[in-house]
Amino acid sequence: MTNGVETLRKVTYREAVREAIREAMQKDTRVFLMGEDVGHYGGCFAVSKGLLEEFGPERIRDTPLSESGFVGAGIGAALGGMRPIVEIMTVNFSLLAADQIINNAAVYLHMSGGLFNVPLVIRSATGGGRQVGAQHSRSLEGWFAHIPGIKVLSPATVEDARGMLWTALEDPDPVLIFENSGLYNMEGMLPAGAGAVDIDRARVRREGKDITLISYSASLFKSLDAAEILSREGIEAEVIDLRSLRPLDEKTFLDSVAKTHRALVVDEGWRTGSLAAEISARIMEGAFYELDAPVERLCSAEVPMPYAKHLEEAALPQVDKIVDLARKMVKADG
Amino acid sequence: MKTKSTRKTKAAALDRDHALYLLRSMIRIRRLEDKCAELYSAMKIRGFLHLYDGEEAVAVGVLEALTRDDAVVATYREHGHALIRGVSAGCILAEMYGKQEGCSRGRGGSMHLFDDKTHFYGGNAIVGGGLPIAVGLALADKMQNRPNVTCCFFGDGAVAEGEFHESLNLASLWKLPVLFVCENNLYAMGTALKYTQAVMDLARKAASYDIPSHAVDGMDVLAVEAAAKQAVEAVRAGEGPHFLECRTYRFRAHSMFDAELYRTKAEVEEWKKRCPIETFTQTLKSRGLLSEADLEKIERDVEGEIREAVAFAEACTWEPVEDLTRFVYSERRMS
Repeated sequence: MTNGVETLRKVTYREAVREAIREAMQKDTRVFLMGEDVGHYGGCFAVSKGLLEEFGPERIRDTPLSESGFVGAGIGAALGGMRPIVEIMTVNFSLLAADQIINNAAVYLHMSGGLFNVPLVIRSATGGGRQVGAQHSRSLEGWFAHIPGIKVLSPATVEDARGMLWTALEDPDPVLIFENSGLYNMEGMLPAGAGAVDIDRARVRREGKDITLISYSASLFKSLDAAEILSREGIEAEVIDLRSLRPLDEKTFLDSVAKTHRALVVDEGWRTGSLAAEISARIMEGAFYELDAPVERLCSAEVPMPYAKHLEEAALPQVDKIVDLARKMVKADG
Repeated sequence: MKTKSTRKTKAAALDRDHALYLLRSMIRIRRLEDKCAELYSAMKIRGFLHLYDGEEAVAVGVLEALTRDDAVVATYREHGHALIRGVSAGCILAEMYGKQEGCSRGRGGSMHLFDDKTHFYGGNAIVGGGLPIAVGLALADKMQNRPNVTCCFFGDGAVAEGEFHESLNLASLWKLPVLFVCENNLYAMGTALKYTQAVMDLARKAASYDIPSHAVDGMDVLAVEAAAKQAVEAVRAGEGPHFLECRTYRFRAHSMFDAELYRTKAEVEEWKKRCPIETFTQTLKSRGLLSEADLEKIERDVEGEIREAVAFAEACTWEPVEDLTRFVYSERRMS
C-alpha cells in the first residue's frame, strides 16, 4: 500500500485459487492437497500447476480414481490432525464420494455427540456451459446445501477465490468449495495484500432500488451484466452474491428485498427443489409484506445438459432472460 | 505376495493371568450383549441392535495387539470392540438408552459408539464406509511420523463394496499403517457369502493389492491374537497394511428384526459347538489354567459390572430438547 491506495494486480481466478493453496501450504504444515491429477498433471484445470515441484508428492498427492476412497481418507486425515484439501475434479464425480461426504463428513460430529469434528476442505469444479454434455455439466451445489453438518461455499470473484480457502481451512467442520469451471480464466483485480475473507456473509455487488437479483457463482456475472443493461433503461437492480450457500445469509437478501420490493433468483441449478426455491420460500416467510410482485426464479431448464451449443445456452440462465424477466417484474406494477 | 490359509494355534506356553484376561474379556462382551437383548425386549433399547455372540474372539484377540495410542474403526456391530477398547459398559448402555451420559451423548445409539480417549472412531453403519476413514487416519499418522496403527474392522459384506477395493489399494499404494480385519461371519445380513462373492477366499482379494494377508480361525482367541500381533508388528515396523480374515460366525440373528429364514437351526447349532468362550474354557481347564472357582469368579465379577452398568444407564438423564440442534457444527473454532 502506498499513500492509502492499495496496489492492485490483475490475476485470473485460477491463479487466485493456486495462490490460496500455496499460502495455506506455506502457513500450515498440516495442510496438504490430494485428488485426481493434482500433481504430475498440474490439476485438471491447471489450478495446482507447479505446486508438486514446490511442495513435493507427499503434500501434493496424486490419487487413483477412487473418489470415495480419497474423500474418506481426507475425513480420516482430518480426524487424525491434518488439514486436508481434497480436490474432487468436478462436482459430477462427487456423486461417487457422496457416501463419504454425506454419511460420514456431515454426521461425524453429531453421531459422536460432539467428540469428533472433521476439519476437511473439499474443492470441486462445477457448472455447465462448456459443451461437455450431461455427465460433466452439473450444478449440484444446492443439493449439498441441503445437508446439515457441512458448509457450502461458492466463490464467484477472484477475491473470494483467493480468500475463502484459508477461512475454510480454519473452520472446524467440513467445508465444500465449488469453483465454477467457467470462471477459471476470468481476470480480476486483487489487492497486493489479499488474504482470508469471511465465509458467512452474502455481499451486495451492485446497489439498486428497483429489484434485487439474487445469485451466486458464474450466474453472478450474468446478473451484473443484466443489471448494466437494465440500468440503461432506468431500472436499477441490486445484485447480491450469496457466497455461502450453507449457511445462507438470509438477512442480506431480506434487507435488500425490503428496499427494492422485488426479487429474482438466478440459479444454475434445476428449478425443482432448488436453492432458488429455498430462497424464494425464505423471502415469502421473511419479507412477504415487503413484496410488490411475486418472487421469480430463473433456473436451468429441467433437462440433462445437452451437448449442442444452442441447446446448452438455452438450458442455462442467460443475460437476456434475466433482463426480460426483471423488466417484466418491474413494469408489471408500473 | 503372502497368502496363507488358516494358521494353527501354537500350543506355546500360555500365561495364566493373560489367559484369564482373554476369557474374561469374551465373557464381558457376551454378558453385556445378553443384557442388551433383554433390555431391547423390555423396550429400554430401541432402533437397530446388532449382537456379536459367537464373534467375541475376534475383537478380543485383535484389540490385544494394539497400544493405547492406536486407532480403531469399527462397524455397527461394535459393542464388544468399544468395551474391550476401554469404553465402560455403563457409557455403552447409556448410549443405547439414548441418554446424554452415553459415550456419544445419546446421539449415536447402538450402531454409533464413539470415544476420543481410546481413539475409537465409531461405530460406522454404512457397510464399507469405515475403510476409507481408517486409511485417512493412518495417512495422518504417517505424515506426522507417529508410530500408530489404525485397526479397521468390517464384515464379509464390506468386501463387495467399492470402498473396500479403493481403500485397500490406497493403503497399499501409500504403504499406510492399517490393519484391515475382516470379520467373516459368512452372511451379509441374510445373504450367504456363496451368493455374493465370486471368489470366496477373501484373503486372496487383499493379496491382489499386494497386502500381506492371512486367514485365521476367528473362533480361537489365541489364534486371532497371535495373528493380529504378528500383523500389527509388521504394520508398525513400516511394512504397510496387513489384512486378517477372521473366520467366525454369529450365533444370534443379524438384528432384532431378523427372522433368520436364510439358515438352518442345525447350522447354527453346529457352529455353537465351536463357541469361542466354551472352547477356550475347555482349553484352559485341560491345561490346568482354569478352575471352576476361577470361572465362577469371572462370571460373578462380570455380572456385577453389568448390574452396575444397567443401574448407571437407568440413572442417566435425557438431553434437553432445547439442545436438539447442537453438534451439527462445532461450537468452538480451532487452531
